[in-house]
Amino acid sequence: MLIALWQRAAGLRGTLGTLLVLLLLWEAAVWWFAPPVILLPAPSGIIADFFRTPGYYMKQASMTLWITLVGFSLATVLGVALAVAIVSSRLLDRVITTVLVIMNSLPKVALAPLFVIWMGIGAEPKVAITLLLAIFAIVADVALGLRSVDPDALALARVNHASTWDILTKVRLPNALPALFVGMKVAISFALVGAIVGEFVGGSGGLGFVILTAQGQFDTTRVFTALTLLGIMGTVLFYAVESVERLAVPWHTSQRNSAGHGRSG
Amino acid sequence: MPACVEILSAGRVYASPRGAVTALADVSLAVEEGEFLSLLGPSGCGKSTLLKCIAGLDAPSSGEIRVRGKPLSGPPRDIGMVFQRDVLLDWRTILENVVLAAEFQGQSRRGAKGRALAERAMLLLERFGIGSCADRHPWELSGGQRQRAAICRALLCEPEILLMDEPFGALDAMTRDDLNVELSRIMGGGAEAEARTVVFVTHSIAEAVFLSDRVAVMSAGPGRVAQVFPIDLPRPRPLSVRESPEFTRHVAAIRDLFTQLGVAQH
Repeated sequence: MLIALWQRAAGLRGTLGTLLVLLLLWEAAVWWFAPPVILLPAPSGIIADFFRTPGYYMKQASMTLWITLVGFSLATVLGVALAVAIVSSRLLDRVITTVLVIMNSLPKVALAPLFVIWMGIGAEPKVAITLLLAIFAIVADVALGLRSVDPDALALARVNHASTWDILTKVRLPNALPALFVGMKVAISFALVGAIVGEFVGGSGGLGFVILTAQGQFDTTRVFTALTLLGIMGTVLFYAVESVERLAVPWHTSQRNSAGHGRSG
Repeated sequence: MPACVEILSAGRVYASPRGAVTALADVSLAVEEGEFLSLLGPSGCGKSTLLKCIAGLDAPSSGEIRVRGKPLSGPPRDIGMVFQRDVLLDWRTILENVVLAAEFQGQSRRGAKGRALAERAMLLLERFGIGSCADRHPWELSGGQRQRAAICRALLCEPEILLMDEPFGALDAMTRDDLNVELSRIMGGGAEAEARTVVFVTHSIAEAVFLSDRVAVMSAGPGRVAQVFPIDLPRPRPLSVRESPEFTRHVAAIRDLFTQLGVAQH
């Protein structure tokens, strides 16, 4: 456990170190080649821009974060429900899978204007796009997790006359938890993309809207500030999901970290 | 009074892309009440298929299986099953795994009944020498400890019939010896024994002779019962019984039959 923490800390130091070196190289390159600021601002310029109006940026970022989280949560809940429906009936499997595959092969960016027509320019169309982008990974992974149950575990359930509900809640769903988290880690990144797409198309706020308006004014520094905030947000969200995974699936993560632990004899 | 399990010319034919495969051909066998019977044979002899048919997990395509006089349709009541792999759920502690079969049968883990259930599970774990593992998770245990827990899970509901499908096949030789002695102590006669009917699938002659009252030797292509050997060794049987001349005689007789059937045994 302590060793794992130390290794994690060491990994974090490596990541931050690499990031710092890259930023310094960027700063030095801008200083040396002096490109017009409309093409490439320096990291110091981006940081200064953020601190000129930190309240404004935090407000826009929190709008985007809110859309992302609502869409992601809905995608998770709805995705698990759809996956359960898919594995419990062949008919539902055909219907839901067909609809999902069609939805997933449509470029969501192309659907966004339609959602704006249907739902206006409030939060609803943005949440809808976020949900649509994130849900496919959840459904696909959870359905796989629900299906890949040890046949002997099902035989054990049948021999003991287990109810369908017991098989679902005591065997299939816990068995699908690791797969759910695989899906959630993919979905959280897609959710952020969905939120930005929504703000591009029908936005009156949020980091996507900031990027769009800053582009119109050729304020490249502002675009970069928004991008930086998006990068930080995406990274934090990904690791947040991973931390929840560690708490929720200790049997899986602990086995992954120390394969074969205690298996001798 | 009918036998505990009656297998009446049961056959099982599977459809496969290359045509019909006969896993079992016309097997007739009776398992008496309170008897420990082994199904012994090489892989492909249909011994696991026969056990699955008795468990109601599979159904014979011809013939019939009756449990206590009643023809089977689906798994019968009051059976316990142990598989080759322990099938312990990783997200449950050992104690929670042991009560799983009881939960499947509709018993609650909450309230006074739940506490009584947990207490009985705890007693079973202690009888099998793994009481200290109750609050640990399966991945923290050795293979032998895990299989002991799986046996406790099958015994917790006090099944009338215990079905075991090569339960010690994946264990190393020494752990296997330990578990053979323990199973013999708990199931097969003696002061502490619980009189229950056991059907035990194995491909080890020594294991079958050591544990059983009778050994049904099966042969492959198609699967059938070649001969049934009564094992009259006195109980309780310590591990040293394996060095006795009677034990050796039984093993030799079964090995001779396998040689006649053209099966190489080792």
